[in-house]
Amino acid sequence: MARFNSLVESLGGTPLVGLPSLSPTSDVRLWAKLEDHNPTGSIKDRAAIAMIEAAEKDGRLRPGATVLEPTSGNTGISLAMVARQRGYKLICVMPENTSVERRQLLELYGAQIISSPAAGGSNEAVAVAKGLAAEHPDWVMLYQYGNPANAQAHYDGTGPEILTDLPTITHFVAGLGTTGTLMGVSRYLREHKPGVQVIAAEPRYGELVYGLRNIDEGFIPELYDPELLDSRFSVGPDDALHRTRQLVEREGIFAGISTGAILHAALGVADKEVAAGRKADIVFIVCDGGWKYLSTGAYAGSLEEGAAALDGQLWA
Amino acid sequence: MAIEVRIPTILRTHTGGNKTVEGSGATLGALVDDIDTQHPGIKGRLVTDEGKLHRFVNVYVNDEDVRFTGSLDTAVKDGDSVTILPAVAGG
Repeated sequence: MARFNSLVESLGGTPLVGLPSLSPTSDVRLWAKLEDHNPTGSIKDRAAIAMIEAAEKDGRLRPGATVLEPTSGNTGISLAMVARQRGYKLICVMPENTSVERRQLLELYGAQIISSPAAGGSNEAVAVAKGLAAEHPDWVMLYQYGNPANAQAHYDGTGPEILTDLPTITHFVAGLGTTGTLMGVSRYLREHKPGVQVIAAEPRYGELVYGLRNIDEGFIPELYDPELLDSRFSVGPDDALHRTRQLVEREGIFAGISTGAILHAALGVADKEVAAGRKADIVFIVCDGGWKYLSTGAYAGSLEEGAAALDGQLWA
Repeated sequence: MAIEVRIPTILRTHTGGNKTVEGSGATLGALVDDIDTQHPGIKGRLVTDEGKLHRFVNVYVNDEDVRFTGSLDTAVKDGDSVTILPAVAGG
């Protein structure tokens, strides 16, 4: 069934497509879960809609309410779309080093943006949002980093969709941001298909983003449970961009840069499986399309030029 | 040959501002001890009094998070690349 009463109801049910060119052998195959096929074009629609509906259900969110959220972009865009449909006001706290497309989309959907300093990245956005929430107790901060509805959306949606489409799955690879996707899908797979390896790909940004004043300002999302992961890789902008371009050149999939980081980790897993002589069906997440990152310059010119353009940007 | 260790901005006060240092050891713990003899004080920023990695410090050997490979007991060898980063928010 592909008919829906509204855009929001069309959430999920995204395609899982094979990668005939990038899969190393016919025994070790890669599969891309195309989350750019969601209502606003990213996987964050799942968490955003789930968090709004959970807050409506428990009475925290009433008509006309103001929603506040720290976000580097996609969650904000998803929330802005739903908030406007349902008559809420949205204020996003966003690091200033995020792409111009994200700002334009947020404004188009009617959200208000409060910028947080580039140095410190999303840590600063979280700190600023927490400060604003304390000053405005009537605002509702959904707080994607600690909201169980975020992980639950993937336990209820992403996980079952993948297992239904590919019962032979051996590995699941996704990006580590709020950790919601990995936590929810892992919990589902461990209950329904134990033995599937769950691997996190974490973007490694330029130095500016790690500009904390001291180590104790570090941040670990409240949703994160390392017991639900089997391994975790840090992927820098060069590798992420190389894979993003390979994905469009070899498979025709035009994805955002965080997807390149995830593909890099997935290909690393695939190499190990080939070396070990095992069969593998490796599912990885395509978080969003590349459209919102064109202005960064990452897709133009040589790989070196593209990577240089990303320095200091929050590209995931 | 040695093991290259990338140092985050916040810890470069211990390395005279250097972005990378070199050291040796058979495990990550031994490597940290070796680096601490060259750059005193850095171990205290990475490892707690109980001998565990500090909660907000992430260490990667060849890009893999050591918390999933044995933490400070993770084996290292010449030619490996070690990256130290503070834990920051994504999303």
